[in-house]
Amino acid sequence: MGVKLLLEKANVPGIRSYDVYRREGGYAAAEKALKEMTIESIVEEVKKSGLRGRGGAGFPAGMKWSFIAKPEGVPRHLVCNADESEPGTFKDRYLMEFLPHLLLEGLLISSFALGSNDTYIYIRGEYAWVATILEDAIEEATKNGWLGKNILGTGFDCMIHVHRGAGAYICGEETALIESLEGKRGNPRIKPPFPAIQGLWMRPTVVNNVETLAAVVPIIKMGGDEYAKIGVGRSTGTKLISACGNINKPGVYEIDMTISVEDFIYSDEYCGGIANGKKLKACIPGGSSVPILPANLLLKTAKGETRYMNYESLSDGGFATGSMMGSGGFIILDEDQCIVKNTLTLARFYRHESCGQCSPCREGTGWMEKILQKIESGKGEVSDIDLLWDIQRKIEGNTICPLGDAAAWPVAAAIRHFRDEFEWHINNRELSQTSNFGLQHYADPIHVPA
Amino acid sequence: MSEQTLFKVTVDNITIEVPAGTTILQAARQIGGTVAPPAMCYYSKLQGSGGKCRTCLVEVSKGSEKDPRPMPKLVASCRTTVMDGMEVKNITSEKVVDARAGVVEFLLLNHPLDCPICDQAGECHLQDLSFEHGKSGTRYEFQRRTFKKHDLGKHIQLHMTRCILCYRCVFTADQLTNKREHGILDRGDHAEIATHIEKSLDNEFIGNVIDVCPVGALTDKTFRFKNRVWFLKPMDAHRDCPSCSGRVTLWNRGDEVYRVTARKDQWGEIEDTPDGKPGWICNTCRFDKKQTTDWVIEGPREISRQSVIAQGHYAGNIGTTKPTETFAAINEGRSPHLLMDIHSESEVNQPNVHLGENEGPSNGATFNNNIKNA
Repeated sequence: MGVKLLLEKANVPGIRSYDVYRREGGYAAAEKALKEMTIESIVEEVKKSGLRGRGGAGFPAGMKWSFIAKPEGVPRHLVCNADESEPGTFKDRYLMEFLPHLLLEGLLISSFALGSNDTYIYIRGEYAWVATILEDAIEEATKNGWLGKNILGTGFDCMIHVHRGAGAYICGEETALIESLEGKRGNPRIKPPFPAIQGLWMRPTVVNNVETLAAVVPIIKMGGDEYAKIGVGRSTGTKLISACGNINKPGVYEIDMTISVEDFIYSDEYCGGIANGKKLKACIPGGSSVPILPANLLLKTAKGETRYMNYESLSDGGFATGSMMGSGGFIILDEDQCIVKNTLTLARFYRHESCGQCSPCREGTGWMEKILQKIESGKGEVSDIDLLWDIQRKIEGNTICPLGDAAAWPVAAAIRHFRDEFEWHINNRELSQTSNFGLQHYADPIHVPA
Repeated sequence: MSEQTLFKVTVDNITIEVPAGTTILQAARQIGGTVAPPAMCYYSKLQGSGGKCRTCLVEVSKGSEKDPRPMPKLVASCRTTVMDGMEVKNITSEKVVDARAGVVEFLLLNHPLDCPICDQAGECHLQDLSFEHGKSGTRYEFQRRTFKKHDLGKHIQLHMTRCILCYRCVFTADQLTNKREHGILDRGDHAEIATHIEKSLDNEFIGNVIDVCPVGALTDKTFRFKNRVWFLKPMDAHRDCPSCSGRVTLWNRGDEVYRVTARKDQWGEIEDTPDGKPGWICNTCRFDKKQTTDWVIEGPREISRQSVIAQGHYAGNIGTTKPTETFAAINEGRSPHLLMDIHSESEVNQPNVHLGENEGPSNGATFNNNIKNA
């Protein structure tokens, strides 16, 4: 049984309400932070904890906080990124739905540390009922004196506003989120300037993921050093993983990042093995935009070491033989899944969600989708694979925001590891429409085109 | 004003000193020539423009004197400011050349390539870009996205199909008019420039969107299909205009004024007026004053860089090779009077005479003789 910090109380009946949350020890961390700690010491604790951003990039949260500019007389803002739209990721929704007060407590502490009097939760439009839960929770917290003017008599004012997005994936990118929050079209901004200098309404802004901000609560409660002892290396603390796909027990799990991938998939405590007694074929370990890994590279690294569920181990081997922790959307594909179709689905998603601002992403994502559609429907040529490779190479790294990379990586990884399946699709046009490639390769799954 | 700090920056091994805050693109433009990266969306006169088309990507091989680490990715030179001691690679970097060719291909994916019937042809930045940095073929084999033509008011027609979504016209309307009536609808490759809904653009300065459009998406309705730009003679002219500077370029054929545009510099951008402000022109000057008598002609305008108008721009490196063999070598000692022996192809002239054996040039008599003899 792993350590649970965030979801420890998730199963307590009525934990969604303020009274139960408070009775279970809620808002104690906020009390401690506001009454006993200084702004500097809170930031210091978060730095010591080694907490890394849980939104996908894994940037150290304490470091991000210390970058915020503090010009005299200019208000600062904290924005909570609850625009969780990555296919396969649904951990934030779970957290907000069941423990809204945990997020609010984390937001309160963080707002205090950053000096944000107006804090925003940007929640994706599809999470309409979750937004209502949050709004109710804010009302309760305000009634009980945890939000509003002069909180706990410290003279600190803080109000949390819930802002509903309109369902665009791109608004999960922090600068696009800020644009959208300002009421503009959700196009990512060109950086620099970074939000820490000029963010929301050109004021210094920190944008953090829901899980990151919620994790501030246990950090303050137990201290940064204690928090850093959980986990391994630079992957400290616990991480929520939303597991889905062909597994027996899909759901949100809290892990302490010392567990191996194999254990996570097969143990009854977590995913409970592959559904219907099938075999594991591949896995997208961190949400749809990270590279897909075939089973043999997922369970063991290229060097033959066991792969663990943490930032370093999952990215071991770089993109050639590794992947990324990403946002924790763990998608399992069994032997019946077609990689070409899977890649097409992802490519279609990114084509649909590209904001259309910069040309490589706008045109390239549509092109990749069309080629994949062609291959999937049995009309592909072998040269199309190399063309796909070339297109993704020209998108990656050449765009304003990471959506271009996110669109390119799944395609690149699918070709890198499953080129023979693509070729099979092309060479067996009719057969590929009715049957599946299955688990035919595996002996040498690494094909990197020159 | 205090003394400006000067930063030393090296672009393609040419060093120049520029004031702090200058972008890499502007520094490279000061050096000029092929060192300057192409720019499709950046427009120095429009605040906030740039960074979108990605044609101006460059490699920063040395960040600065203090922090010599290279930048990990290619950067958009139009939005990246120089640091002291920065070293930039533009055409000397293979990565840049490759990425730029990719961007050109992307920009042309959904572009209709209807240059033969496009009014912008000859002064089109996309033509220049694809000629200078692109490849001759495309690997795209699917249907291109198309839109219907739209009239945006009395003077402007929008061919959305040709648009490359540079956002320049959006910035123009934002910064020149008091109320922007058009913008980008939708997203991704189905994004389009549009008014909401079917509004007409009739601001006094909205005509400038035609000048900033790098392609033929926004066209002047008073000029559409009237003439090809390379048949016209550009003349600098001015008039006393109450609302704008009145400094324009007239595009004449004979004494007839075909169109009026603002004066553009070598980068295709609006020239500054002598008082240092951008020389945007008003709709009256652009659309209504089409008589030479309306204007004081200053003299012919030099077009320094733009494509077909600057004659000979497309000559040279388009892959054609001149033959090196002499005729004698090709004919292996024979000396035909006609270069092509049509008789081997045609029965009409009854090829009883071998032209190569004829002395002197062949003429009608040679063949008449031939028929008589037959």
